[in-house]
Amino acid sequence: MILEQTLNKNEMKDLERNSKVQIDKKRIERRILINKIAKVIFSLSLVFALIVLAILLYRIGSQSIGWLNGGFLTRNLSIFPEKAGIKGAIIGSVMLMMIVIPVTLLVGVSTAIYLEEYASKSKIQDFIRINISNLASVPSVIFGLLGLAFFGRLLNLGSSILAGGLTLSLLVLPIVVVSSQEAIKAVPNFLREASYGMGASKWTTIRKVVLPVAIPGILTGAILSISRAIGETAPLVVLGIPALIMKVPTSIMDDFTALPIQIYYWTLDTVLTPEYANLAAATIIVLLVTLFLMNAIAIIIRNKSQKSY
Amino acid sequence: MSQLYDNKTVYDVRDLNLWYGNDQALKNINMKINKNEVTAIIGPSGCGKSTFIKTLNRMIENIPSVRTEGEILYHGINIFDKIMRVEELRTRVGMVFQKPNPFPKSIYENVLYGPKIHGVKDKASLEEILETSLKSAALWDEVKDRLHDNAYGLSGGQQQRLCIARALAVQPDVILMDEPTSALDPIATAKIEELIDSLKADYSISIVTHSMQQAGRISDKTAFFLMGELVEFGNTEVIFSNPRDKRTEDYITGRFG
Repeated sequence: MILEQTLNKNEMKDLERNSKVQIDKKRIERRILINKIAKVIFSLSLVFALIVLAILLYRIGSQSIGWLNGGFLTRNLSIFPEKAGIKGAIIGSVMLMMIVIPVTLLVGVSTAIYLEEYASKSKIQDFIRINISNLASVPSVIFGLLGLAFFGRLLNLGSSILAGGLTLSLLVLPIVVVSSQEAIKAVPNFLREASYGMGASKWTTIRKVVLPVAIPGILTGAILSISRAIGETAPLVVLGIPALIMKVPTSIMDDFTALPIQIYYWTLDTVLTPEYANLAAATIIVLLVTLFLMNAIAIIIRNKSQKSY
Repeated sequence: MSQLYDNKTVYDVRDLNLWYGNDQALKNINMKINKNEVTAIIGPSGCGKSTFIKTLNRMIENIPSVRTEGEILYHGINIFDKIMRVEELRTRVGMVFQKPNPFPKSIYENVLYGPKIHGVKDKASLEEILETSLKSAALWDEVKDRLHDNAYGLSGGQQQRLCIARALAVQPDVILMDEPTSALDPIATAKIEELIDSLKADYSISIVTHSMQQAGRISDKTAFFLMGELVEFGNTEVIFSNPRDKRTEDYITGRFG
């Protein structure tokens, strides 16, 4: 091709004689073509995902127009769509998180510290580690059943905020443990050695050296898993959250509703009252914005930590 | 307590054997480390010199499969004894590592990490320790105006001197150095060597080095390790000018290594 235009016949022969690999022009053309096809396929799958997302956003966006306003956020629940608001669901979700965040951080980070810093690397430990990762992929409805049996029935917490919060904590704990373990593992060993070398105990080293370096990573993982807990519906449905709660919860022992639960029940009842679809769409927007903000915080923390270390 | 205890001896290593799992890394080591002397430990890669120095402050025990036999007397007390707390031993025996390993904190926080964890709270004392440690490590003039800057902004040689200052701040008795200049350029190396020479007046220093010239320049005693054995140990001039063992001579003259 190009070479044939610049070299004469003898030079071309010379060039090819020395080469063990004979250049097959058809093959090269075919490979270039395959590459182009691959590129198109991969970009199409991105386009497909974007289209689905756009349709979803368009639908809930258009459905919620006129419904998502200040009144909707601050009104109590009602069976009449025009009077309904999600104040109770917002407060319910916030109170759930006030249980999930401390429980998962305390238990999750402590577990990760034990497994990474204290536990000896035996076969039993490996077995435990693998199973924590497995737990992270157990369907959420199964955690709901566990919560119903243990917190709801055995500890007699019913379908209170406490029962819901503890169930959601169990659900995301494995993810918090695994991501905290990764963050602790990423702390270079030479920092621990420096601390031990000055006579620091293990706990002093963890508190003063390991955790300060690992905390951005731990927080990133924790925020991402907590934002998963905010959006969970199945475990709460299994716990038996009532479909219509007029009262705004005031303590963690009260019955409650939460944003995803509200979306679920409203969608379920669209057959009876079509306007419920609009309410569900408006609630979805509220939930999406919350998740978006939480993920943004996680990304900001992660980027900040990359700069400082 | 040892009956052979004398004031000059800091470390008395007796019949020390060490295994990683089933592989023996140290074989029957017997040697003494004296007060206010620089003891160099030389030998080819994998000869056990780093293992040996890390045994002196029991840092080696962080590797799970390690097993030791024999005793190391530190001022007459066996460091493997139950009464010897490893935290106490490492407070008295400081360590400087191969790669500079400052904490991702300010210069100030790095130097005062040790004093703080050992309970020094008084601000005046902390400031005093900070200044004397940095001056002893010949770093004070270079960093006195930026004590609260992150230590990662320093050059490699400065970071290593900061690590030495950090070790000095705990006011140890012995300083162990595991190839402290192997990651540094010749100018930074010369500065550290000068520093070691001046620290000798107040501390006992044991240094692992892969550079024979370095051992010759800075040490009073030299120990030559080969395949886990202590082949020869004695005054540096004697080892370098008139070694008793053929293997020492071969190594020093560069016939292998």
